Amino acid sequence: MTDLWNISLIISRQKTARKRYFDTFQLEVNPDEYVLDAVERVWAFHDRGLAFRHACHHSTCGACAMLVNGVEKLTCITSIRSVTHNSGKLKIEPLRNFPVISDLVVDMSSFYTNLELARFTQVATLKDASLPYEKEQLDTTHERLVDCIECGMCVSACPAAHTSEKYHGPGVLAAYQHSYNQEKDQFLLEAVDCQDGVWRCHNAFECSSVCPSNVDPAWRIMNLRRIIIQTRLGRLFKK
Amino acid sequence: MENSPSSSKFMRWFDPRYRQVGTWAFILNRVTAIGLTVYLVLHLFMLGKLAQGPEAYDSFIALAKTPLIKFGELLVVAAGILHGLNGIRITLNSFGVLVRYQKQIFIILLILSVTAIAYFAYFMFFLA
Repeated sequence: MTDLWNISLIISRQKTARKRYFDTFQLEVNPDEYVLDAVERVWAFHDRGLAFRHACHHSTCGACAMLVNGVEKLTCITSIRSVTHNSGKLKIEPLRNFPVISDLVVDMSSFYTNLELARFTQVATLKDASLPYEKEQLDTTHERLVDCIECGMCVSACPAAHTSEKYHGPGVLAAYQHSYNQEKDQFLLEAVDCQDGVWRCHNAFECSSVCPSNVDPAWRIMNLRRIIIQTRLGRLFKK
Repeated sequence: MENSPSSSKFMRWFDPRYRQVGTWAFILNRVTAIGLTVYLVLHLFMLGKLAQGPEAYDSFIALAKTPLIKFGELLVVAAGILHGLNGIRITLNSFGVLVRYQKQIFIILLILSVTAIAYFAYFMFFLA
C-alpha cells in the first residue's frame, strides 16, 4: 500500500480587480493522485469558495490547465509525486497571460475567438491531423480529433505573450498552420504575416515543451514562416 | 490587469526559472545583444579619442592593455561568438530547418562557443 504524503497546497486567490494573495492548505494525499484531485479536495472539504475549472479529468477538455510550482501543467494528468515530495509544497496559480476572473479561472475568450478566426476545426483526416514528422500517417478518408485541446498552456509559457496583448500566441498560430495545411487559402497566410503574427515569436520553444498534446506549436510557427518566405520569394521571381 | 500581457513585464524575459533550453537561448541572445550594443557605444566614444590627438589615444591604448580591460574585451568576444552562432540557429529554425533539433543545436553551439572563447582568452592573456 502506498504511504500517504503530507503536503502544503498553496493556492493563488484573487477576485476580479482585487489584490492577489495565497491561501495554504495542509493535505494528506496519496502521491499517485493527481494535482487536480488535491485542488478538488480543498474545494470539497476546506473552502467551497475556491474557483477553478475542470471537466473531463482525462486530458481531453484542457479545462484544468494551471501553473504548478511555476510550470504549466494539465492538472488532471499530473501526479502529485511528479511535482513535489513528502512534506513538500505545491504552489498552484492560474495560467499567465490571461486576465484572472476568479482564483484559478482565467478569461480565455479572446483565445477562443482567435481560434475561430483561424478557422480551427476539431476534426481532420488522419493525415491532416498529424504532424509531417510523425510516423503513422495514414492517407485515408478516416478522421480523428486533432491534437490541440485548447488548454492555453502554450500562451501562458510564451515569453513573447508576456509582453504583447496583440500577439496571436502559439496556439492560435498553430491553428492557422493547421487550417492553411488543409485549405491552402492565402488569406490565412496574410493574417499571420505581420508583427503580431509569426514574426513576434522569439524562438524560445516553451510552447512546445509545455504542450500536453503534442501539437508542437513552435514547429508549426516555423513551418508558417517557411511557407511565407517561400511565397514571398516566389512572388519576387514571378515579377 | 495583474495577469494580463503588458510591455512593462519585459523583465520576465530574463527569468530562467522553470523554463527550458529554448528560453535560456532566448535570454542569452538578449543579454549578449545588450552587451554588444553597450560595447558599440563605448567603442565609438573611444574612437573619438583620435580627434583629441596622439597623446589622448596613446593613453587610452595603455589603459586597454590592463587585465581588467582585456577581460572586458574577452566578454565582448564571447558575446559576439554566442550571439552570432545562436543567430545562425534561429535563422535555420525560422526557415523551418532542423526545428526539432533546436536543443541539440544550442548545446553544440555552446560547446563551440566555449572552445572559441577559451582560445581567444589564451591568445589575449598569454600570447598578445
